[in-house]
Amino acid sequence: MTVSEIFAKLSAALPGRGLTLEEGAVEAVIRVPREALIETARRLRDESELNFDALMCLSGVDRAAELEAVYHLCSMKYRHRVTLRCVVSKDDPVIPSVCSIWPAADWHEREAWDLIGIRFAGHPDFRRILCPDDWEGHPLRKDYAVPTSYHGIPLTAQLPPENTP
Amino acid sequence: MTEPRELNIPLGPLPSDVEDVHGERMILQMGPQHPATHGVLRIELETDGEMAVRAVPHIGYLHRCFEKVAENMQWPQIVPYTDRLDYLGSMNNALGYVLACEKLFGIEVSERVRAIRVLAAELNRVASHLVAVGTYGLDIGAWTPFLFLFQQREHILDLFDELSGSRLLYNYIWIGGLSHDLPDGWLKKVRDFLVYMQPKIPELNTLLTYNKIFLERTGKVAVLPAETAIQWGVTGPNLRGSGVKWDLRKIEPYSGYETYDFEIPTGTGEAGRVGDCFDRYVVRVREMEQSLRIVEQAVQRLERMPADDVRAAIPKTFSKVPVGEIYFRTEATKGELGFYAVSDGKSKPYRLKCRAPSFCSLSVLSKMSPGLLIADVVALVGSLDIVLGEVDR
Amino acid sequence: MGVLEGRYGPNVVITSIDKVFNWSRSRSMWPLSFGLACCAIEMMATAASRFDLDRFGIFMRPTPRQSDCMIVAGTVTAKMAERLKRLYEQMAEPRYVIAMGSCANSGGPYWEYGYHVVKGVDLVIPVDVYVPGCPPRPEALIDAFLKLREKIERESIARKTT
Repeated sequence: MTVSEIFAKLSAALPGRGLTLEEGAVEAVIRVPREALIETARRLRDESELNFDALMCLSGVDRAAELEAVYHLCSMKYRHRVTLRCVVSKDDPVIPSVCSIWPAADWHEREAWDLIGIRFAGHPDFRRILCPDDWEGHPLRKDYAVPTSYHGIPLTAQLPPENTP
Repeated sequence: MTEPRELNIPLGPLPSDVEDVHGERMILQMGPQHPATHGVLRIELETDGEMAVRAVPHIGYLHRCFEKVAENMQWPQIVPYTDRLDYLGSMNNALGYVLACEKLFGIEVSERVRAIRVLAAELNRVASHLVAVGTYGLDIGAWTPFLFLFQQREHILDLFDELSGSRLLYNYIWIGGLSHDLPDGWLKKVRDFLVYMQPKIPELNTLLTYNKIFLERTGKVAVLPAETAIQWGVTGPNLRGSGVKWDLRKIEPYSGYETYDFEIPTGTGEAGRVGDCFDRYVVRVREMEQSLRIVEQAVQRLERMPADDVRAAIPKTFSKVPVGEIYFRTEATKGELGFYAVSDGKSKPYRLKCRAPSFCSLSVLSKMSPGLLIADVVALVGSLDIVLGEVDR
Repeated sequence: MGVLEGRYGPNVVITSIDKVFNWSRSRSMWPLSFGLACCAIEMMATAASRFDLDRFGIFMRPTPRQSDCMIVAGTVTAKMAERLKRLYEQMAEPRYVIAMGSCANSGGPYWEYGYHVVKGVDLVIPVDVYVPGCPPRPEALIDAFLKLREKIERESIARKTT
């Protein structure tokens, strides 16, 4: 099935929930508001002709005033793929967790929290995964200020002073 | 010399108070520096005696900020950083990234470049599996296969040294082409290597694969059901070890893979249960044989193709590229390697996310470990074949 | 040796003892296998059959308590740095450190934008030999051990006169 067909099926099943189809230069993406995310995800996994049983990738993206979570899904049976996008504002960056639907989301969501700062409500083990637990800030944000040291160890490069031979 | 005396010591039942004793729970930290964790991984093991009740992996000890670096480097400058993700299979990582960029920017490469890329990627797959199998033997306790396999791997590294200038991290596959053409006489050396390698896999089977101790240590240990593997995002030899015939080189072919003749080995439960450690291991051994088949076919094609400029399709400048986003996945040595690239038209990516296969393979460790003995946890981690460079990025 | 160090001034007995101690220490260097990243693979390749570190008396030990030197092979990250310092402190003296690869020397390719990377292991522990390369060839690592031998041969247990 193509992305438009999948979108048509989803819109028919969930009318009025705010799903939109964004055409891109290479791939089309289905934009899902966070209130409809869990239901959309469940339908994508369980509906007989959709059968999206594998979450390939879950990424966070920092877009100035908003944060996005992008879900790339694939069906092992039908071999079709779809991309979902869920956008939230930076002031309220909470998205419901899809761990109960695709357990693969567990570590991906922890990483999105660690690096971008999207909070996933309902996650079973919500903590940082890559940076240390007491790290401050979300490094992949565009306005991230790199810390100069961590526990006394300097982290910025020690360049030699100008005019050294 | 006198005959050894038969010892007839009657063994009665254990005293009842011994059976009723429950071991105290102990929390052990395996790592981050540990000979058997394949890198800087910390596994928090809660054990009841010798049995692991819970094993939680903690990662991030090699988090090298690949994604932040990628946002600050121009598109072609990121290729050496992709090499350092899964440092055992650098050609495959670079291939995945380069193909994602080429699809996003609409660049087509010649058939000869595609054939050389396949050749490099498959040789690298053999080299990576040689390390995986050798170090797995080392974890189980077998020193000799490690030394034998590393010796064989040195031949592959010599080939790559001549091809790209480096033994381990190549920076060879570039967006739009390759950095160097094949050196003179290189294809003949690849053919000599294929002849040299031909008896080595049967030798490995005699030495390790069908060794009784190895079969006991890995057979029926840590079974990963296919359903769980798919739900947890496990791909590559780990998924194929559970019996699922899923290989992106056949499902979503790229770089001309659809024109090569090769099989997809899957786990068949030879040592007891489908999806046990032995199945994941033996899938890698069989994949090496298949990769060598692909290498032979690629060499045959390249010998017949006329020479061309491998840098012909490389864009003169990357300062203005098409806007868009893409998720492109390839079958790297450890599984599905995906690159999610977002371009806003500038010379540097707006966002580049790398979906690493080992990241998802490792996440299933906490699900599979309850009930395993500590030595079996080591066997499990070795059979998942993780590389922390790509887990932590 | 702890009891002899620094007690006696330099003389012919001390220089002979020095020669024996330095010779035996340098010819039997047991490194802690502290492979962090890609350089660890080249370290393993150096220890394997073609380049064979064992012929130099070098035998990898998994525990710091039994090792003489530590080869920091790979990138040191902020999360790992404290553990690295603790492992260094667990090693008994005389102990040496070889920083293998550009990441351990100065942060490597991550020197500019790596927020989580420590730009060189010498910010955490003192280093004796630096090996350039990304990754260094096994021959370069063997060269590092030979340079470390030269460094050890210059050591002395004599009391320092200044």
